[in-house]
Amino acid sequence: MQLTNRAKSVDRRPLSLMEKIYLPAIFKGMGITFSHIFKKKVTINYPEETRPFSPVFRGLHILNRDEEGRENCTACGLCAVACPAEAITMDAAERLPGEEHLYREEKYAAKYEINMLRCIFCGLCEEACPKDAIYLTETFAPANYSRKSFIYGKDNLVIPHPKENSDAFQKAKGLIDERKEKAKQEKTA
Amino acid sequence: MNSILLSVDWALVLEKTLFIAFIISISLVIAMYTTYGERKIAAWIQDRHGPNRAGPFGLLQPLADGLKLFFKEEIIPNSSNKFLFILGPSLAMITAMLTGAVIPWGDKIEIFGRSISLQIADVNIGILYVFGVVSLGVYGIMIGAWASNNKFSLMGGLRAASQIISYELAMGIALIALLMTSGTLSLGEMVRQQQTGGWNFFIQPLGFLIFLICAFAECNRTPFDLAEAENELIGGYHAEYSSMKLGFYLFAEYINMFISSAVMASLYFGGYDIIPFYDESAWGLSVNTMAVLGALALFVKILLLIFVFMWVRWTIPRFRYDQLMNLGWKGLIPLALFNMLITAAFILFLRK
Repeated sequence: MQLTNRAKSVDRRPLSLMEKIYLPAIFKGMGITFSHIFKKKVTINYPEETRPFSPVFRGLHILNRDEEGRENCTACGLCAVACPAEAITMDAAERLPGEEHLYREEKYAAKYEINMLRCIFCGLCEEACPKDAIYLTETFAPANYSRKSFIYGKDNLVIPHPKENSDAFQKAKGLIDERKEKAKQEKTA
Repeated sequence: MNSILLSVDWALVLEKTLFIAFIISISLVIAMYTTYGERKIAAWIQDRHGPNRAGPFGLLQPLADGLKLFFKEEIIPNSSNKFLFILGPSLAMITAMLTGAVIPWGDKIEIFGRSISLQIADVNIGILYVFGVVSLGVYGIMIGAWASNNKFSLMGGLRAASQIISYELAMGIALIALLMTSGTLSLGEMVRQQQTGGWNFFIQPLGFLIFLICAFAECNRTPFDLAEAENELIGGYHAEYSSMKLGFYLFAEYINMFISSAVMASLYFGGYDIIPFYDESAWGLSVNTMAVLGALALFVKILLLIFVFMWVRWTIPRFRYDQLMNLGWKGLIPLALFNMLITAAFILFLRK
């Protein structure tokens, strides 16, 4: 049964004189390697240049804030439920009077941890989130020396404050908006 | 006693000592930067950039590599023969450096009214000396491999020994044809003959090809690097070596490459001759200018030949052992003999 027409029969004839001399083939090979000296290099000088990511790239997570800098997450736990690797844990807490400028709704995540060694970067948490709170960015997990340091808490995950640190916020926000835009396009398409 | 000291030409001793020091440092620097060049060319051929982090364009990379080798732990295996283990790399290094003595690096220069020859020793059997020293080179590898007391090393050493002995034959026979046309054994004289006329390459193209292939084998370069064969013999003869002793082996390989390129440039490409079939003395330049230009021409030829070494290395995969022996004994030696007979017939025919 023939599955494809790519099969090639092996040529087992004894070498001809030209092939036995080796040299024509060697010169041909040297011509090929020489032409490669002038070809465009495929290497990217990593820290200075970065490879453009694909629109569906999924990197480290970020926890979103609204325009006034209040955290969006309400610790509903849907992301943790959706997570196939069980990488997300959280503790919920109730917002106290006077904390309205910190949290958008009455409930918030007092502790929110993602174990980046368990995470498989599938993006199901992003899809599960009803509060526009968790997004996957285009940064990937940096190297580190201890396992503990790969458990990212809120200090690593929450987006910079839009008023106190607006530059960093805009940068991170840009990434989120881009993702939202792409998601929208995907849905309409 | 005084009369003996006075009878010595001290200026000659001084000039020779300085020149030897100069040639040795040049060989070392060139060998160092050949490693850089090798990595760069390998990278370019494989569509990569090569070392480009240490200094501008990665030019400090060889220094970094050397420093790394110096600071690595020096391991001498317990079961090795310690004296021979240390002797191996030293011998490889010494024999690599020795050959430079008979190569004419340029014509004469004149300083303070003294005419100084740019050749350490114009021995009248220069080419035999080269052969002698090159054959000694295999001892460095063999002794090191044997002293390591490691079976992979020993295999590498065996391969190196049999390979170098087999290919030396073809190399010698290829050279005999050249000796018949030039009629001298002195490298200086051979280069002088090529100054006004054409280069020996145009008389002996087949001889050069055989010589080149054998030079690859003598230097243990791919496609003849069976002695190292990383994927079969985990590094072969230098499997047990670490730190600067390993460095010396690697360095010796690059110096060998440089020196054999210099020998080939002198034998077949006119040494310090600038343009073939043309007498450069017609330019009427001063002796010193001509010497510098000639030395530059020689170095350009050497660098081109080194490039060919690298180019071939990154093009052709390694021969299998039986293929290597077939090529050497059944291919190159008959071809070299044929070349020798043809040359002899031509010489007889033309002289009668």
